Amino acid sequence: MTFEGWLQIAIYLAVLTALTPLLGGYMARVYRGERVFLSPVLDPLERVTYRLLRVNPQARQDWKGYARTTLVFSLLFWIVLYVILRTQGIHPFNPEGFDSGTWDVSFNTVSSFISNTNWQFYGGETTLSYFSQMAGLAVQNFVSAAVGMAVLAAVIRGFASRGTAQLGNFWQDLTRTLLFILLPLSIVGTLILMSQGVVQTLAGSITYTTAQGFDQTLALGPAASQIAIKQLGTNGGGFFNVNSAFPFENPTGFSNFVEVLFILLIPAALTATFGRMVGNRRQGWALYAAMAVMLVVGIAVAYGAEQHGTPAQRDAQVATASADGTTGGNLEGKEQRFGITGSSMWAAITTAASNGSVNSAHDSYTGTGGAVPLVNMMTGEVIFGGVGSGLYGMLLFVLLAVFIAGLMVGRTPEYLGKKIEAREVKFVLIGTLYTALAVLVTTAIAIATKWGAPSIYNPAPQGFSETLYAYTSQGNNNGSAFAGYTGFVQPNAPGNVGAFGITFADLLGGVTMLAARFVPLLAALAVAGSLATKRVSPAGAGTFRTDTPTFVALLVFVIVIVAALTFFPALLLGPVVQALTDQLF
Amino acid sequence: MRRELISSVLAIVVFTILLGLAYPLVMTGVGQVVWPNKADGSQVERDGKVVGSRLIGQEFEGPRYFHSRPSVTGYSANVTYFNNLGPNNNELSDLFRDNLAGYLRRERRYTPGLRPADVPPDAVQTAASGVDPHISEANARIQARRVAQVRGLSLDRVLELVDENTDGRGLGVLGEPGVNVLELNLAIDAEAA
Repeated sequence: MTFEGWLQIAIYLAVLTALTPLLGGYMARVYRGERVFLSPVLDPLERVTYRLLRVNPQARQDWKGYARTTLVFSLLFWIVLYVILRTQGIHPFNPEGFDSGTWDVSFNTVSSFISNTNWQFYGGETTLSYFSQMAGLAVQNFVSAAVGMAVLAAVIRGFASRGTAQLGNFWQDLTRTLLFILLPLSIVGTLILMSQGVVQTLAGSITYTTAQGFDQTLALGPAASQIAIKQLGTNGGGFFNVNSAFPFENPTGFSNFVEVLFILLIPAALTATFGRMVGNRRQGWALYAAMAVMLVVGIAVAYGAEQHGTPAQRDAQVATASADGTTGGNLEGKEQRFGITGSSMWAAITTAASNGSVNSAHDSYTGTGGAVPLVNMMTGEVIFGGVGSGLYGMLLFVLLAVFIAGLMVGRTPEYLGKKIEAREVKFVLIGTLYTALAVLVTTAIAIATKWGAPSIYNPAPQGFSETLYAYTSQGNNNGSAFAGYTGFVQPNAPGNVGAFGITFADLLGGVTMLAARFVPLLAALAVAGSLATKRVSPAGAGTFRTDTPTFVALLVFVIVIVAALTFFPALLLGPVVQALTDQLF
Repeated sequence: MRRELISSVLAIVVFTILLGLAYPLVMTGVGQVVWPNKADGSQVERDGKVVGSRLIGQEFEGPRYFHSRPSVTGYSANVTYFNNLGPNNNELSDLFRDNLAGYLRRERRYTPGLRPADVPPDAVQTAASGVDPHISEANARIQARRVAQVRGLSLDRVLELVDENTDGRGLGVLGEPGVNVLELNLAIDAEAA
């Protein structure tokens, strides 16, 4: 571990913390319907959109109405995206002439993008046309992110409500998220990425003879515009198969910093949005602090573990020490320009948020280094988490922590002056425990039956880790992978001739992702709906404060205990075994 | 319910046109005008013919050139995948062993006494993308001795070229420095010609 390495981590945290109140304040104004500096340009566009959609943005919805619109919209978009992928062969912008996807892989991919997971069983540059990427997947990058943020806005209104059951209007929140937040940030991001060398063209691939006379073919495409939103919207689905490890997706140390900053930018800033919308900024900072503490621990552990190197490396007498001119450490599956710091930071951050893009091969991480992304996801994606979904997931944990604190001191638990009672706690438990249950059950099915076996690549404990990672990732809408695990076989690459999906993995994963998205989403909306009409009691001397370091510590402990108790046995079987031994398998 | 269905369909159409077509196509236009070379993949030409991209590693063999990092994908830039072997995997250890032995065999003639501990890991371990355009500076300095002797150039001059073709950290702090193998080899060719 080097000074330069820690410096990069410190700079990252400083920039993220500085941007949180700025962007958070801006987003609070957007969700309150106030004027912002982009209003002169975007207000007309917003009005036209409402007219085209034939919606009345003034109409208010209670939690059930809001939930219904969310579900109808998502279901219809699922169908449309499925049709796009299955009819790929007849669409324009297809210079490589790719055929349509198989039904099972398409099911998985569509479920993956609708649920903001972006799990990659598909191969970007070898199976998808530019049309599918732009008009199919990239649109979902925007929309699934915006749906999560819109629902969060509704949930926050429920927490902050003074008596009314109305949580806002889905169409208004969706439109304002897309036009005022995601689109402007994506344009800025695209420009930065293009300046660094990320490709953006409609031309097909080019083939040439290399300097020493070999043939090489460059896959190209409109990548920059898609990568900007894939990072910002905690989507993570790569334009190219190896995602942000590919130089055309992430060419420099600077582009790497921008991309990894974009992962947490919105999820972090939303804590400040929350603080402003409930009228107490300290409440937002308390959530930010709890998230940041867990993030930093993850980064430090992953960085240390990767610098230490792997058993395979030591067995083959490969150097692991850092020295003049080399980072040392475990560089298997890592790019020179990112090194150990840039790679391990990314691994911790992309799994803390439910982004799931990768700039290195997680499957080749050390046992301990690979456990960090797993544990991050197992918290239920609340260490910043997905845009919107991370914070509403975190709010469920907050209520759980408040509830436990209430039990300990024998008082009726309250949050923001509202009593937490049986009905809310039931929904909280559904929201917080459902994903853990789903992960364990699906992993068990995949391990215990013969159908799970064809997906596994590595032998012994790593094979188990791959399966556990796959269903943890899909069951928490992350989308990163121990990528040896596959649901798609492509014997005659490039082009999808002769390719077929592993139906079991595609279907189980697809269903897992959809449920993992919508069960907590509905639970959070239900809690918000229930809190919305409650009276606010003034804070007194006996009130348990939720904006203090004590509460931050309690919240972290509750999250760690829920995740640790649930998953510890599973972790023992995979990553922990490998971390404890130098034996090769 | 019917109103929601209608609005949903309209929203899908409107947002697909705005975000799926207008946004990427406008961005493509901007990229093609402002950064035409970068938007098309940073292609590098020699004698008017494209020989590679400065961002994409390619294969070099024999004693006359600096070698890129090992690749399990055959340096493919259109079918990319990770090696994906786990940290305790036997095959991975074998792969490292082979790569390390090959590196030592190649360089020891020009760097007598080169030990395994002197070889930086990037020279032995495969990159994530399979087309990492860079090698570490330590790796380049070892190879420089070979290239200098085979090409009849002074070691100092070759090390100078290594420095000139090193991409530093972003803004001086972000990422790790790396030596761009393709650009370095083209510079060596020009120098030796």
